[in-house]
Amino acid sequence: MTELFLLARVADRGIAVAADQVDSVVDIGETTVVPRAAPWVRGLSALRSRVVTVIDTARALDLPVASGEAGGGRAIISRVDGHFYAFLMDELEDVGPFERRPLAAGLTLAGRWGGAAAGCVERGGEPLLVLDPAALLAAAGGA
Amino acid sequence: MAGAMDDLLPEFIAETRETLEALSGEIVAWEADPADRARLDAIFRFVHTVKGSCGFLDLPRLSRLSHAAEDALDAVRSGTRPPDAALVNAVLGVVDRIGELVEAIDAGIALDSAADDLLVAALAPDAAPAAVVPEIAAAPATPFAPPRVGNRSVRLGVELLDRMMSGMSDMVLARNELARRLRETPADPRAEAALERLSTTVAEMRDTVTRTRMQRIDALFSALPRMVRDTAAQLGKQVQLTVDGADVELDREMVEVMRDPLVHIIRNAIDHGIEAPAARRAANKRGAGRIAVRARQSGNRILVEIADDGAGIDASRLCARAQASGLHDASALAAMTEAQRLNLIFAPGLSSRDQVTEVSGRGVGMDVVRANVEAIGGRVTLDNRPGRGLAVVMEVPLTLSILSTIVVGVEGQRYAVARQSVDEIVSLRGGAARIDRLGDANVVSVRGQRLPLLWLHEVLELRRPYRMSSAARVLVIVSTRDGSYALGVDEVIDSEELVIKPAAPAVMASGLFAGQTLPDSGSPMLLLDGAGIAASAALRFDTVVEAEADASAAEATEPGTPALLFVDLDGRRRAVPLGAVDRVESVPAAAIAVSAGRARVAADGRLVPLIAVAPVSPDRDLTLLRLTDGASDVAYAVAEPADIVELPRRLAAPAPDSPYAGVAMVAGQPVEVLDLVRLFADDRGVADAEPPLCLLGPDPAGWMDLFLRQLLEGAGYRCVTGLAPGEVPAVALMLDGDADAPAIVPHVPVVRLRRDRTAGEGVWRYDRAALLAAVAAHAGASSPAFPSPAFPSLAAAELAA
Repeated sequence: MTELFLLARVADRGIAVAADQVDSVVDIGETTVVPRAAPWVRGLSALRSRVVTVIDTARALDLPVASGEAGGGRAIISRVDGHFYAFLMDELEDVGPFERRPLAAGLTLAGRWGGAAAGCVERGGEPLLVLDPAALLAAAGGA
Repeated sequence: MAGAMDDLLPEFIAETRETLEALSGEIVAWEADPADRARLDAIFRFVHTVKGSCGFLDLPRLSRLSHAAEDALDAVRSGTRPPDAALVNAVLGVVDRIGELVEAIDAGIALDSAADDLLVAALAPDAAPAAVVPEIAAAPATPFAPPRVGNRSVRLGVELLDRMMSGMSDMVLARNELARRLRETPADPRAEAALERLSTTVAEMRDTVTRTRMQRIDALFSALPRMVRDTAAQLGKQVQLTVDGADVELDREMVEVMRDPLVHIIRNAIDHGIEAPAARRAANKRGAGRIAVRARQSGNRILVEIADDGAGIDASRLCARAQASGLHDASALAAMTEAQRLNLIFAPGLSSRDQVTEVSGRGVGMDVVRANVEAIGGRVTLDNRPGRGLAVVMEVPLTLSILSTIVVGVEGQRYAVARQSVDEIVSLRGGAARIDRLGDANVVSVRGQRLPLLWLHEVLELRRPYRMSSAARVLVIVSTRDGSYALGVDEVIDSEELVIKPAAPAVMASGLFAGQTLPDSGSPMLLLDGAGIAASAALRFDTVVEAEADASAAEATEPGTPALLFVDLDGRRRAVPLGAVDRVESVPAAAIAVSAGRARVAADGRLVPLIAVAPVSPDRDLTLLRLTDGASDVAYAVAEPADIVELPRRLAAPAPDSPYAGVAMVAGQPVEVLDLVRLFADDRGVADAEPPLCLLGPDPAGWMDLFLRQLLEGAGYRCVTGLAPGEVPAVALMLDGDADAPAIVPHVPVVRLRRDRTAGEGVWRYDRAALLAAVAAHAGASSPAFPSPAFPSLAAAELAA
């Protein structure tokens, strides 16, 4: 069974996000800083008449962050528990139907990937981890 | 009252109709099992409610029926009467009849009342079942179908209203964004007109939608008379209830949340507050106690006050109980202020009464009342008059969805603070607050109260090395349940009504924020959680208690004089005792008139002397301090008022000829204090009178015209060398050598001036002080004194500049 996935790049890694978890794709402009929040909370941004919490996806995944506090960029809007989040992505590459597969046996994902990944898809032989926004938040929040 | 009826009757009908529909199942079940307590209770509640409403709406027939049924059911509930078939049938008959009557009322049809008597009789314990029941049982079967009238009111779930409200909020925000976008593009009048129309519509809609959520507080109050009567009777007390402000409207949800607290406070008042009749008479009070419940709207807050004329709270007994229950130790209690002791009433599990009573001592204490009210953003305050009564005021916001906030700025960022948690805003510039370091903590003294101080930029860790914060200029005094503290911010920007929404857990994790909002600026803003900030800084309020006592003792020994600090026209900071300031007002420069060489300002239909230390710009409005000594007024032009400060009792002595009363140190800066005596002395009599006329005597050399005129006119006289017909000078001046010249005008005093410094008659012409004194002495009491060099009169030229 194939699902629709959004393919993106975060800190030089390709990832996939199930399309039904994506509300929209936007460009995030200026953000309002949230003091004393986890480093992966980039801030708040206004999206139309709604306030979204901007998540620095790379930091949330504990990945090395190349550019420091660059403002916003492209982001996937996802709704988790009634709150809207913008997950910053380096690049959005493609949308297409893929088949979701369980992670290969014996593969252990280190750090937050373990909590945030929900299987993988294969694009032309390249395996891409499926990122579950809600699971990422839970993994980052719990860590 | 007629208006209230018109509103209430349809509501009663709709409500009864609805309950009946819901109740039909219960009735059947009860019929099957008359011992079923839950069903019995449901039916009892129904007739009880109907009875309550009927009494209020003046529906005697319904009232009689429901009352009879209630009595019968009450007997069953208390076990004095078995729920036999006859009773069940009779009650069901009544319930059906209530339904019929309600439909009849709605349709405006009269219904025969004969059946009522039968029904009531059937409820009597000794009713003959056989005689009545068949008839009753037949009653519902009678073909009675009153035409149902089209309903003009709709009952909606609160959830639907909530969705409408949140949709409305989104609409407002969308409108704001549209307005922002339009501002970024070149102006298009048509687009602006359309936006204008949209704005009006949205505002109207918002009002309407808000109103749909509104309910008259009467919904809360209508049950009170009965409750008070019952409670009082139960306790053997007499209580008279007055209710005021039943037409105040507030959010439906608020009404529900306030119901329990209100009932509890009133029960408390009857049980604990109002004394037994005998005790009241002994205390010289009327036997019947009084409880006044009053609701009023104040801005976007609703205040509900419950005042009784009972004994009030006995704070010492409260302390004793607090100590006995181990809540506080004796020394902590001894250090408490009266208000803090009183607040013990809000401590969980503490009651002012020694025994727990059936009526109010059931574990639902004032702590729950306060928690409920605070949960909806309100607060509870007490006004205790021992021996004379207690007033409890519940203050709640009009609606839950829109919060009134104060927006503060720190390090270039903005945060909102709920207005109801802000006690006061104090500027750090005026010296009204003193900041001290106690160990590693900051404390601030504001008017004798010492409060813990937190810098918001430090709390939020906005990466700034510690310093005495030159940017932080304002203290926001935040009150929490446990105590108040000062929050230092850079500036207070605005107050704004904001739609607050919960923020994501990752944002709330720090516990410093209570929600997020999108203000008109379009940049999201966080709402600070006052209590959360105190908790995160681990503020301990109990240590402050003692400091407070010390501080107030210290302050009491040397109270200062409150004064208004202002920036004068020359940019200097000066102060004037507050008592002399009647008001601060703004007048257009056109209101200034120059007459007789002195500037005056037109105010209240007359001219008031104007003092300005620097030229006034003619094209700007002028800010005036209106000073008064009770009898006369002086207007003092300033650049802007700055703050209210407290001046030390002793001022540093001024320079000998300074026009100021002295110099005070305010916030480390010297501030000149205006000399009121001099200000008013300068202007006595000038306000209303024409300047005295000086006649300059013949003087061929022109010395008088050249030298003297300037001096005298500067002193407020008018000088002439010849008299117009009818003019009478106040004084004439003669230069000696012209001594033989005749007095030009009869009966006019003459001041003679001499050329020689030491010898001769009169005043030496260059002895300025003596000359003016002589002129003044002769010109009479109405003569002006010297204008102070520091308060030069405005020259006409300056005004025209």
